[in-house]
Amino acid sequence: MTVTLLQATILILVGAGGTCVVATRDPLRQAMVASLFGILLAILFFVLQAPDVALSEIVVGAVALPLMILLSLAKIRGGER
Amino acid sequence: MTVRIRRVVFLAAAAALAVLMAWGFGALPHFGHYRGPYGDVLSRVSVPQRHITDVVTAVNFDYRGFDTLGEEFIFFAAVLGVALILRRQAGEGAGHAADYATGRAVPPTSDAVRVLGLGLTAPTVLFGIYVIAHGHLTPGGGFQGGVVLATGVLLIYLAGEFDDLHGLYTEAALERAEAVGAGGFIAIGMLGVLAGTSFLHNGLPLGATGTVFSAGTVPLINLTVGIEIAAGLVLLLTTFLHQTIVLRRRDAGAVRGVLSRDCRA
Repeated sequence: MTVTLLQATILILVGAGGTCVVATRDPLRQAMVASLFGILLAILFFVLQAPDVALSEIVVGAVALPLMILLSLAKIRGGER
Repeated sequence: MTVRIRRVVFLAAAAALAVLMAWGFGALPHFGHYRGPYGDVLSRVSVPQRHITDVVTAVNFDYRGFDTLGEEFIFFAAVLGVALILRRQAGEGAGHAADYATGRAVPPTSDAVRVLGLGLTAPTVLFGIYVIAHGHLTPGGGFQGGVVLATGVLLIYLAGEFDDLHGLYTEAALERAEAVGAGGFIAIGMLGVLAGTSFLHNGLPLGATGTVFSAGTVPLINLTVGIEIAAGLVLLLTTFLHQTIVLRRRDAGAVRGVLSRDCRA
């Protein structure tokens, strides 16, 4: 089995997505970028034939984690002002 | 440390890391060439031995079920920790439970979000139950299905207000459900001990391969894990939302006073 064009494309996108998460400095924007990165990672797992892991990645990486970050940010910023 | 020394240290470390990575990657098996024996063995034996068509579930809830028990209790401990840390602090009071933002008016929830949220709630809950019940047949299981179930509650919040969740459940009921889910896993594991074999031994009738009622204890464990994860996640969500939306500082100055007094003591 060799890398298909689809797998290579998604791999590169995941690499670029991870870099974007690190390069985003504002936490609010970073939560959104991290969510998109989670979806990219889920697609990668899916094209590598690991649907179990892809499902977990969608719910944890793309939904649960950004939500927790957003709620924490709302709480912290609400206290500041 | 000057910028120059820092740069030298960084470049040396980066070069060493690059050499290590190149060395490691050079010895990796080629893409798609799996070397370990266990994956191939399990792919062959999971259907004849356990009547489980999803090998990942066979590993998670049967062959390495004990590891999953540990994982489940990591989640249990995490929810416990969040509930403990996010309790009401001194100087915080319950405010009106509505979305708010300082300095600007909060736009009302749009009709599109309302319709989509409410319309998706029932299918989401149904899909969650489906993913839990078919864990041993298709990709998914208690963990994934539990989170999908909890997403149904999130959708209700997104379509309405935080107060709309109050009639649905109480925190005490969620805590009980979480405890029953976590304890159920151990209880099913003890069935094996009581039968004179080993902990988490799959001793129930295996049924016909490919049907919902098959694979012995695996669907039962999936059910308990699904209950635990769904209840735990909804509890987590409620705690976070309550902390963010309902609890307000009565007086920021008073809190600082309390903190500095605690520091001195």
